[in-house]
Amino acid sequence: MNIMKMTRLSPRLQFLLIACALTAPLAFAQVSSTNIPTPNGTAQAQGQVNITITGNKKLSLAQPDFHMVGSGGQLAALQQTFDGVLWNDLDQSGLVLMVSKSNYPLEQPGSPADLNQANVASWANDPANAQRLVFGNLRQSGNLLVLEGYLYDVTQPASPFMLGKRYTGPATDEEARTMAHMLADAIVEKLGGGPGIFATRIAYISNLSGHDEVWMMDYDGANKTQITHLNSIAYSPRISPGGTKLAFMSYASGTPQIRVYDLITHHYIPFPHFGGTNATPAWSPDGTKLAFASSKTGHMQIYVERVGSMGPPQQLTYSLSENIAPVWNPKTGAQIAFESDRTGLPQIYIMDSDGSNQTRLTDGGYAVSPSWSPNGLSLAFSWRRTGGGENSGSYDVYIMELGSHQYVQLTHNGQRNDFPSWAPDGRHLVLSSGNGNRWQLFTILADGTNPTQITTRGDNQMPNWQPVATQQ
Amino acid sequence: MDHRAAADYKEGKQNDMRQKHFHRLLLSAGFLSLALLAAGCKHNVSVVHPVLPPQAAPKPEVTLNADKTDLQRGQSATLTWTSKNAIRVELNGTPVNLNGSQQVTPTTSTDYQVVAHGPDGQTSSAGVRITVTEPVVNQPVQSATTQETLSDLFSQNVKDVFFDYDKSNIRNDGQQALTQDADFLKQHPEVKVVIEGHCDDRGSAEYNMALGDRRANAAKDFLEQLGVSADRMRTISYGKEKPFCTDETEECWQQNRRAHIVMAQQQ
Repeated sequence: MNIMKMTRLSPRLQFLLIACALTAPLAFAQVSSTNIPTPNGTAQAQGQVNITITGNKKLSLAQPDFHMVGSGGQLAALQQTFDGVLWNDLDQSGLVLMVSKSNYPLEQPGSPADLNQANVASWANDPANAQRLVFGNLRQSGNLLVLEGYLYDVTQPASPFMLGKRYTGPATDEEARTMAHMLADAIVEKLGGGPGIFATRIAYISNLSGHDEVWMMDYDGANKTQITHLNSIAYSPRISPGGTKLAFMSYASGTPQIRVYDLITHHYIPFPHFGGTNATPAWSPDGTKLAFASSKTGHMQIYVERVGSMGPPQQLTYSLSENIAPVWNPKTGAQIAFESDRTGLPQIYIMDSDGSNQTRLTDGGYAVSPSWSPNGLSLAFSWRRTGGGENSGSYDVYIMELGSHQYVQLTHNGQRNDFPSWAPDGRHLVLSSGNGNRWQLFTILADGTNPTQITTRGDNQMPNWQPVATQQ
Repeated sequence: MDHRAAADYKEGKQNDMRQKHFHRLLLSAGFLSLALLAAGCKHNVSVVHPVLPPQAAPKPEVTLNADKTDLQRGQSATLTWTSKNAIRVELNGTPVNLNGSQQVTPTTSTDYQVVAHGPDGQTSSAGVRITVTEPVVNQPVQSATTQETLSDLFSQNVKDVFFDYDKSNIRNDGQQALTQDADFLKQHPEVKVVIEGHCDDRGSAEYNMALGDRRANAAKDFLEQLGVSADRMRTISYGKEKPFCTDETEECWQQNRRAHIVMAQQQ
């Protein structure tokens, strides 16, 4: 049993899905795990750099259609959903290059029994030239869908087995989608791509209902769901580590206040209201505290309040200027980045989580909306490099490595690009891109490649990628 | 979401179990309507009435009074009538008791008439006229007029403050506007205000919350320096969320970079 897998599943799936690793004959044989690129961004010395997120080059991966064993009512439709979602996940992973199906060998396996050494080698040869092969099969048993999936290293035909998974769940389109995400997560982890993100969710603000409400969706834009129904203005949704709570700003009480919503019980958790503007909550990595900005004493300052406490919050900044948009270092919890206009236009600053050692990070322009990378080494933020004044031009998302202050520009589309938010894998970000009042959401790899639009209807902004729970 | 989906799944399973509903048919008994026939007893009785000579019936008499005959519209009066020797009385054509009273609320001047009918067809009548006048303009209406005037005066005299891009300092034109605002507020100490901070849509939405907050506070601080008590002023930032216009032009952006001063709702 793959217990680690289970811990990240939704309660429903914990009930209904059984995920188990198949004990394949070759599981304990020599399995090649060499040449797996590391996912960490690397920056070179001096000035603006290119971030290479997969080390050297991407692996080429083939995914022939999964076989249907027997026939069930909706098996063909479920197979189509599963194949499409799995292909898209692997294509979006940033780790592999998907080999075009037109180059596949004629004999395409559905189970390990279909493959001998020669078959395996045929995938590594012309014209496929694949390095990894994902294959498997689906069958419907009554109301259950049973899925088997395998990952082979076809450059090692004598011992190609890398991974085998079996999933069982209700025979629904939604579960076929979930199984594809789970298998894709397992494959990405096996390929050294860190925690998989394909089952994670993104919270965001959409005006689709006629009001600015908090919505959530799958990472690929599927399953968009309205979370709040406050008929007011909501801003800055932030999902707690582990995904059980949601903090955001709302005008529902008449003034801008922080609200905390429990995504499991669907109830609001009391959080104190203060005078003035209260905005931009940020979860501490252990999920017990919120940093936020409040103008309750005049200028907007950064405060920290323990969730569940109604006492006075701890004040971290005391400048005669506005301080807003705090974000914790998710790796250590020991530092907070934020934006402040104490020198004029807003800049990105970093301080210790008790408010000491406040240090300016950006050297000018207009810099806002920091998001801290999961490994704690980089900040993404939105930056108009040149001036402010009447310059109404575009602004772009950048990533800055904190150790060297070297940065890379992710977006170049001449639009306003704002609110980057890191995915837990440290390879993806989600951001808002727009012009004037029109905003849509995109995922993008941390090297700036593969921008993918994931919203189309209404205006959508301020995305927040669900962070994974951290052990501290 | 997940819980809902799980519930849907359980429902799906239940749907697989078809439940059959058996409806027991009740034999319906016909209800017989029994007509109860009342057998009447016929009494054949001969009565001899003495024949009396014709005699003139007394003429009916009637009076009608109103407690008030001059009303303002909306007021009521009570009509009271008495009759003698009448078998039937009508008030403006409507049968009423032989003696009685009735409250009326005429909207225009009205003639009321009662007619008393005697047993042999003779009638007599009485009438009263109630005049209705328009009400005079009274206190509550005057007070509403005053309220309207204060609101009008506020919007005529209290000006908004406009800001430069990404700035919250009060410009010369803003200082003039706030000086005029302060004069008005000092003349009308009962008026409280809400100062809204607004931004154009070019900056980042979250940072604009802070910028709008600072613009509102800048206007509030200026008014306070001019002698307006701080407890009469409340600030709120709307950032870029409530624009006054939505074109992507400098003229429109300027409209949106402002501290908008509104009269607070009277509590």
